[in-house]
Amino acid sequence: MTCEDMLKALNEVIDDQSALALCTEFADHLAGCNPCQLVVDNIRKTIQLYKAGEPYPMPEAFQDRFRAALKARWKQKFPDATV
Amino acid sequence: MAVSPSTQSESLAENDLALIRHAKSGDFGAFEALVGRLQNRVYGVAYRILGQVQDSEDVVQQTFLSVIEHIGSFRGESSVATWVLRIATNFAIKVLRKKRGLPMTSLDSAEESFADVPHPLYIAEWREPPESQMERAELRELLDRALAELDDKYRIVFVLRDIEGLSTEETADTLGLTISNVKVRLLRARMQLREKLTLELGDDATRVEPDHRHESPTPVH
Repeated sequence: MTCEDMLKALNEVIDDQSALALCTEFADHLAGCNPCQLVVDNIRKTIQLYKAGEPYPMPEAFQDRFRAALKARWKQKFPDATV
Repeated sequence: MAVSPSTQSESLAENDLALIRHAKSGDFGAFEALVGRLQNRVYGVAYRILGQVQDSEDVVQQTFLSVIEHIGSFRGESSVATWVLRIATNFAIKVLRKKRGLPMTSLDSAEESFADVPHPLYIAEWREPPESQMERAELRELLDRALAELDDKYRIVFVLRDIEGLSTEETADTLGLTISNVKVRLLRARMQLREKLTLELGDDATRVEPDHRHESPTPVH
């Protein structure tokens, strides 16, 4: 298995553990390779950290200007609407 | 009763669909409710791509003005959130290219290969969960810095795929890339972020070296 094939398989396995069943060669390698197991684990934890990260709240000072712009555009699009 | 993540996200998507249906017929309250549900997410995507508050605010405003403009054309082929995030991403890329002094076309779409993905250098177990290793603000700063240091084209794919949960196909379609290119760029982003975070969060005592030969060893940069 070339390194290119291994990296391709690694990417798939990070997203879907069941992909291991489709690539027995990589699965066999992973079972016996601690560094690769750690890399997979590190990447999964990296993704989890970013997914679980706190949201970036929109600045309060922007909200009034933003809402006003939306209302103005809405009135143009729907002249009869109550805004 | 606990709700599974997939059930929860299906429920949110259905609510967004109901809101946009009402909004299409001129219900501003429904539109405002939709904005309220999505604005922070749009801002987050813009901020992660651009790293700058004012530019991100501009992207949010342009995004929802565009949603108003094209609300009649939303057909439900994707979720409302995905549709809106795609609009936001395109505005953010325009801002990015303007700042970089690049032509106003889609991101560099040159095909990349898995063979060129740098191999990991520092491999170690992470110490205790990062949340217990450092203050929240410190961890946030670490994550932001690592993401900002990625090349634009890798960062954007990571933000859309791994943070926002767009599919590979949706990401490819949004960015004008092949599916293969999305996968390669995603792996590059993942590997670089892994390297940076492991250097900070890894336990040196558990450091290991790859014990198999590589045909074309290339250092991570």
